[in-house]
Amino acid sequence: MTDILIIGAGPAGLSAAITIAEHGLNVHVIDEYMDAGGRLLGQLYEEPNGNWWNGIKESNKLAEKASNLGVKISLNTSVNNIEKIDDKWVVYTDTNTYSTSHLLLATGAAEEPFPIPGWTLPGVMSVGAAQVMTNVQRVKPGERGVIIGVNVLSSAIAMELNLAKIDVATIALPKINQITEESGNPENVLNSLLHVAHMAPSAFVKFGSKLMKNDFMKKLGITFFPKGGVKMWGIPIQLRKAVIEIYGEERVEGVKMATISPTGEVIPGTEENISADFVCIAGGLYPLAELAAVAGCPFHLIEELGGYVPLHNNRMETTLDGLYVAGNITGIEGAKVAISQGVTAGLSIVHNSGKQKLDQEIAASIQAIEKTREEAYIQFHPDVKEGKKKLQQYWEAHKSSKQLVQS
Amino acid sequence: MKNRVIDHPVLDSIDEQKTISFTYDGKEYKGLPHESIAAALLANGIRTLRKHEESGTPRGIYCNIGHCFECRVTVNGQQGVRACLTRVSEGMNVASGEKLLTSVKDWRPEND
Ligand SMILES: Cc1cc2nc3c(=O)[nH]c(=O)nc-3n(C[C@H](O)[C@H](O)[C@H](O)COP(=O)(O)OP(=O)(O)OC[C@H]3O[C@@H](n4cnc5c(N)ncnc54)[C@H](O)[C@@H]3O)c2cc1C
Ligand code: FES
Repeated sequence: MTDILIIGAGPAGLSAAITIAEHGLNVHVIDEYMDAGGRLLGQLYEEPNGNWWNGIKESNKLAEKASNLGVKISLNTSVNNIEKIDDKWVVYTDTNTYSTSHLLLATGAAEEPFPIPGWTLPGVMSVGAAQVMTNVQRVKPGERGVIIGVNVLSSAIAMELNLAKIDVATIALPKINQITEESGNPENVLNSLLHVAHMAPSAFVKFGSKLMKNDFMKKLGITFFPKGGVKMWGIPIQLRKAVIEIYGEERVEGVKMATISPTGEVIPGTEENISADFVCIAGGLYPLAELAAVAGCPFHLIEELGGYVPLHNNRMETTLDGLYVAGNITGIEGAKVAISQGVTAGLSIVHNSGKQKLDQEIAASIQAIEKTREEAYIQFHPDVKEGKKKLQQYWEAHKSSKQLVQS
Repeated sequence: MKNRVIDHPVLDSIDEQKTISFTYDGKEYKGLPHESIAAALLANGIRTLRKHEESGTPRGIYCNIGHCFECRVTVNGQQGVRACLTRVSEGMNVASGEKLLTSVKDWRPEND
């Protein structure tokens, strides 16, 4: 029997596995993808110090380290259910059933779509799909693409497509409707875009764009939605145009765009067609927490963390005995934060399995998460710290309500 | 192989010498051993992986990481395999999903 099970071989799951194995316990990691590394595999960007963050190399390093420590990693294995039977967590996969006293959910995040007319045509994909095709599978999602949705992830991936010499015709907003209310509103998007401006500097210099970080911000701020859009990495970003339809017979042939007012209303008669053989939809990320839900974890909607998150404390323990969470399932952040959360989860698990007292190490690792968060290069949600504070309050409230019941 | 990103300014270049053969809807194609079925098909210019069971409209990949189930195909006779999560291999027999012959029954009482 394995002592500890982890679902998800992304940066959070792998770093937890490493931590646990380093303390001498058996760990088994399960993942449905073909390679270990999770969404880290597709990541590629230049850090301020000029080094490239190469997700494939980082993933391989983590997976190798884990394997060398004796961690068992089962790939191509989907978990479809978990439940508590007696005092054990039972994990059902498409091949086997496992049971464990300590189960870590590190299932990461999923992408939110915008349902736009034509979005089921072959050639329409999520922006993360294009990232994986290009950087991991090394196949071009197409020759010329349009990205719908202006946010941190789509800006980063546009640059990655550019690196692989894939033409991105434009990045534009979706037409405003109930679902796209936030992401279809130029002013909201403008505000959120200011958070990616810092990602521009060295990439701008490298790829010969004349725009520097400050100019970029000025352009955005002072001229307030220039009609022709602003350029980032040579790609026009349109904040005054929205995609109203994706067209094509058997596959994507292009998109219909229209000019929109500053509040996102389509101005009639301004429609134009832009040809493309692929379209990426970038609706943002949310924690992939279904397994925590079937397990019976209480959830809270915290916008600053990207959606509904399972209630947990800063030691990565949920309210359910022996169930832990780490990484994007606890809120949307970059891979480095996921790695440090994995360490904390790993230490908590070792501590709770009674082998070693690790309170000091755990406290230090919690501080390390905060430091990583502060220094993070990619921030998906500017107010993530605020979100974590709310979560902490929910946790305290939960704890005191339990004490009330017990006393 | 113009659909592949062989040389990349930051990532290692990929080896396109070692190819494998697989079939899709009875036709033979070449793929690379590291890639998913979805990637191997796209590299061969194929975007449509199945037809919607009821409407018959074409579908391809959407999420490419196993979440959306849009890419399901039949692999060596096994139905419902996600093309984005499954590596191609030598001799693999892949078939697209087709529109069902009879319409899916509408179970509402007025349709009895
Ligand atoms: C499409 C996409 C693209 C992203 N791109 C970036 C980026 O460019 N830069 C960035 O900083 N951040 C990016 N992120 C955020 C990213 O999730 C984090 O940076 C980091 O990878 C999170 O690590 P994690 O370990 O929490 O989860 P992940 O890396 O997402 O790993 C989760 C793992 O769990 C597995 N899994 C999930 N459910 C199951 C199940 N039921 N059964 C078996 N296995 C399961 C998945 O296959 C996956 O390997 C992206 C996220 C997504 C969804
Ligand atoms: S493309 Fe979404 S599951 Fe394969």
